[in-house]
Amino acid sequence: MIRFASEEERASKLATRAAYGPTLIELADAGLPVVAVDADLTGSTTIAKFAASSPENAKRVFNAGIAEQNMTDVAAGLALTGKIAFTGSFAVFGCGRAYDQIRNTICYANLNVKICPTHAGISVGPDGGTHQMLEDIALMRALPNMRVLVPADHSAARAALKLAAKTSGPVYVRMGRASVPCVYASDVELEIGRAYVLREGTDVTIIACGVEIKEAMEAADMLAAEGISAEVIDAFSVKPLDAETIIASASKTGCVVVAEEHSVMGGLGDAVSQCLVRNHPVPCEFVGMDDRFGKSGAFEELMSMFSLNAKTIAKAARAAMDRKLSA
Amino acid sequence: MDIQDLELAASEMREDIISMIAKAGSGHPGGSLSATDILCALYLGGVMDISAADAQSPTRDRFILSKGHAAPALYAVLAQAGFLPREELLSLRQIGSRLQGHPDMRLLPGVEASTGSLGQGLSIACGIALGLRLDGISSTVFTLMGDGECQEGQVWEAAMFAAHQGLDSVVAIVDHNGLQIDGKIQDVCSPESITEKFQAFGWSTSEVDGHSIPLLIEALKAAKEEHAGRPKLIVANTVKGKGVSFMEDQAGWHGKAPNPDETKVALDEIRVQRAERGLA
Repeated sequence: MIRFASEEERASKLATRAAYGPTLIELADAGLPVVAVDADLTGSTTIAKFAASSPENAKRVFNAGIAEQNMTDVAAGLALTGKIAFTGSFAVFGCGRAYDQIRNTICYANLNVKICPTHAGISVGPDGGTHQMLEDIALMRALPNMRVLVPADHSAARAALKLAAKTSGPVYVRMGRASVPCVYASDVELEIGRAYVLREGTDVTIIACGVEIKEAMEAADMLAAEGISAEVIDAFSVKPLDAETIIASASKTGCVVVAEEHSVMGGLGDAVSQCLVRNHPVPCEFVGMDDRFGKSGAFEELMSMFSLNAKTIAKAARAAMDRKLSA
Repeated sequence: MDIQDLELAASEMREDIISMIAKAGSGHPGGSLSATDILCALYLGGVMDISAADAQSPTRDRFILSKGHAAPALYAVLAQAGFLPREELLSLRQIGSRLQGHPDMRLLPGVEASTGSLGQGLSIACGIALGLRLDGISSTVFTLMGDGECQEGQVWEAAMFAAHQGLDSVVAIVDHNGLQIDGKIQDVCSPESITEKFQAFGWSTSEVDGHSIPLLIEALKAAKEEHAGRPKLIVANTVKGKGVSFMEDQAGWHGKAPNPDETKVALDEIRVQRAERGLA
């Protein structure tokens, strides 16, 4: 059974990125041959904590400077000597700039490299559109051999990093800068290929990932006040997707909303609709970044500006239900 | 192997390169032929510590073919070194073959990394060198790049990184044939002087005649044995298409297969040269 956050844990807000360095310490302590290659962001990615944890761990951290392509292939080379190699940066650089390296050197040869950007999506905030990666899930899930994990909270990020280390081959762990409330218990263990029902409902299914989980839960509260029973599913493992859980929920509720802090093209929404169109077609609505770039602003302001918040999800849920009822 | 044997092996490699590319109907003869003597010296000249019988030995020396399009030359030398039967070379680029158009480490033992997208081999070599250093293994990591490939920015990211990390187990070789697809490297977008650029990045450098097997062995062994806290570069001055007169120094033969008539002329020429030099 999955353990959810206690009342006390739910009150604590942490960024998913904060799990990165500390989890690598745990993995190294457990005797796993983890190494980390970074690109001048060791403080932001929290890899500095891993480096500072012991002289032995300091030797396992390599700073490539502002050179993400080299960072990525150095990690590939380390993996070729049996290391579990992690790379971290902003997603726009660690995934976008190094896409060719991830594709041709890492995924093509199925190397044991974990691409773990700590700053994805508009939650990067004031840095603006150049730094807000909204296409990474699309890029990564299209790559053969790559798994894509999008943790909803700090506990899920820790679980995702542990899963990445214990799973042979490339894994993408998408973390973010925004502090979000804890959903899962701090010691939760999750699985690749699984989605988790966070709240049961009968009228509409809301499938979300990452920071959108918080919004989806709030939307479910709003809908409940109107007498609508929404089921909320955390699609933690975007690839491979948990088709079974998604189909079962869609079969029960008959309509779906997908919410993600990512472009509406190529991300979780496309993954879910492909699954449902093949197996159990139902009306679907999509909450995500329309075909546009982000802007500077505070996280909450941007969530509202780009219609990614709970209010939008609730509206999409009503629209999905209308389509279901008029069908 | 003595020098005569090595020159015979290089001649056979050239024969194989032409035959396999001709059979495939596509491939890169120019840069394969320019790299032939370098690979022959590395694999067969007693430079690299490797064995087909123990292809995954943790203490083996590594070679990364950064210029992955010279795959025919790599396959030809791996056949000479016993990693695959020579007859299999003719399966190059065919459906179901282990000999992909660019090297695939998951298919063929002896291929240390899958390459093909240029500019990445030196970074991979750096990662391997770091991993070996963590494990206390003193193997050497060789990589072969093209001179045109040095136009890729990542090469210089890696050059900076290797020097900063003091990776003196890394030996990078540049196949300096002066040509790329669109023409002369200095006309397309000059990376020269490659030697001086690497020196400026803190590397130990040398230059060698890339078609003299004895001089190549000497330079490669010297680089392998030098441990001064700096990575090492060998610029091997070569001729694109070396050994087939109508392909020599012709950019047009970068990525084109010879037709049956051209193939016959090329193979005859390689065999005549071999007989004239008393190699077989």
